[in-house]
Amino acid sequence: MPSLPSMPSENSNLQLVSRATHLKEIALKNLFLLCAFVAVAGVLLIFGFVGFRGWPAFAEVGPWSFLAGTEWNPTDGVYGILPLIWGTVVVMLGALVIGTPLAVGTAVFLSEIATPRVRGIVRPAVELLAGIPSVIYGFFGLIILRPIIANFTDGLGFGAITAWFILAIMIVPTIATLSEDALRSIPPGIREASYAMGATTWQTIYKVLIPAAKIGIIDAIILGMGRAIGETMAVLMVVGNAPVFPESIAAPIATLTTQIVMDMPYAAGMHRTALFGMAIVLFLASMGLVALVRLISRFQTSIEAGR
Amino acid sequence: MSYRATPVADDAPEKITVTGLDFFYGDFHALTDITVGIKEKAVTAFIGPSGCGKSTFLRCFNRMNDLIPGTRAEGTITLDGQDIYAAGVDPVDLRRRIGMIFQQPNPFPMSIYDNVAFGPRLQGIKKAELDEIVQTSLERANLWKETKDILGRNGLALSGGQQQRLCIARVLAVEPEVMLMDEPCSAIDPTSVQKIEDLMDELKDRITIIIVTHNMQQAARVSDFTAFFLQELAGEAAVLVEYDRTPNIFTSPKDRRTEDYITGRFG
Repeated sequence: MPSLPSMPSENSNLQLVSRATHLKEIALKNLFLLCAFVAVAGVLLIFGFVGFRGWPAFAEVGPWSFLAGTEWNPTDGVYGILPLIWGTVVVMLGALVIGTPLAVGTAVFLSEIATPRVRGIVRPAVELLAGIPSVIYGFFGLIILRPIIANFTDGLGFGAITAWFILAIMIVPTIATLSEDALRSIPPGIREASYAMGATTWQTIYKVLIPAAKIGIIDAIILGMGRAIGETMAVLMVVGNAPVFPESIAAPIATLTTQIVMDMPYAAGMHRTALFGMAIVLFLASMGLVALVRLISRFQTSIEAGR
Repeated sequence: MSYRATPVADDAPEKITVTGLDFFYGDFHALTDITVGIKEKAVTAFIGPSGCGKSTFLRCFNRMNDLIPGTRAEGTITLDGQDIYAAGVDPVDLRRRIGMIFQQPNPFPMSIYDNVAFGPRLQGIKKAELDEIVQTSLERANLWKETKDILGRNGLALSGGQQQRLCIARVLAVEPEVMLMDEPCSAIDPTSVQKIEDLMDELKDRITIIIVTHNMQQAARVSDFTAFFLQELAGEAAVLVEYDRTPNIFTSPKDRRTEDYITGRFG
């Protein structure tokens, strides 16, 4: 049974908590709670709004013909978003295939090979990549990369392949910095043990360090995926924006995000609702990726506990 | 104190010979003019107060200090008469012949089996032979009974003392000629300490062991020879004060400073 608070005896010299301190503590606690609440409320409000506006797309078009419909033709009232999902997946996967080795290589260089001075230059440069506005990447892709791609293919250079290269560079900072953190969090004793066993630097990296940081690197790649799925402006400027299944990797294509931006200014009625429906799909995809990262982290904890 | 029962013969060959070794961390002169001969198939203990350069000296033998930028060794260290610091000597190959155990157990975050098989795999040993190597190495490290049914479990799931024995098994799997032990027992439980001291005794016929320890009873129990190191003033290079058979060091040291340390007057 908890003891009841009692007044300190007359001759106690322990100071009592002052009323002002007590009130200040409560006020601060609530202030921080409010800050956290704003973030959560923001997510809920956006999800509620998008869900409310987009739900009829599933209800009236029908979930199957909406998600798996192969034709996107709002003029004739045909709202199948499979070509757009396909475009999103193709653009994302290609960017990952090009960007991941680049990013993991950068991470290994930063954490294992670079001297502190070189790292002090390269790491901020990589972080700066994340700070460049995406419209500038798009501009770079449009003016520099597109003509080069056009030379190698028979099109104009608008298509998935151009987006791959631009997006690959854009996801490098996400994957590289998180992978580097994972590598650097490996206890130094592990490296020492590997070198003391007669492993070369290369063997230490690919037989010990990358396996040890594997979970962190996979997390980084998943977050890079999220970045690739959500990226809009840079992709919009180079993919050609045709909501169809492309004939080649250099043919125009559209993604969920680019189609929303292209159509939103003029769409009305069911067309507009379908765009919100696409936003629901995007929202669920990023929620799924975050959940996946959580799940993998939990998995790692249980491996280390030896189960 | 009890000492090793079977003394090493006086004319036993030297496995490692150090002549006039000076060691520097950048501008800091850490060790000066160390000359010592480590007998083959014997256990040699390095004792001395903290910060006296014992570990630094130990790390010269497998050139682990090479990994720290700005370090430099002068003088010679020979392994079977060949200078390990000579131009062109591959430190990677040297480390395959001279294994090392660290103060903090540092198993790789992989299965027990893969930990032990790590070294043999680096050397390209085929899968068929691995099972036997893993078993033999774990047996020699006094860990087989505890792990034979859980070889697939992550090495990090073992207790600290078991992890240290796993590290020993990992080193033994490549059949090193020398095993360097840098305070191997200071971070683990007493039962495991006993097992590690036992296995050192069992290994003495096969390999040369050098152990750095803070525990003088341990040095007396496990070693045939003892070297006492001392840094007399902070910032000054450490010296090798005395090197002799272990019973001599502990019962009739020739140097006053050794006696002071052994009897607990400082350090």
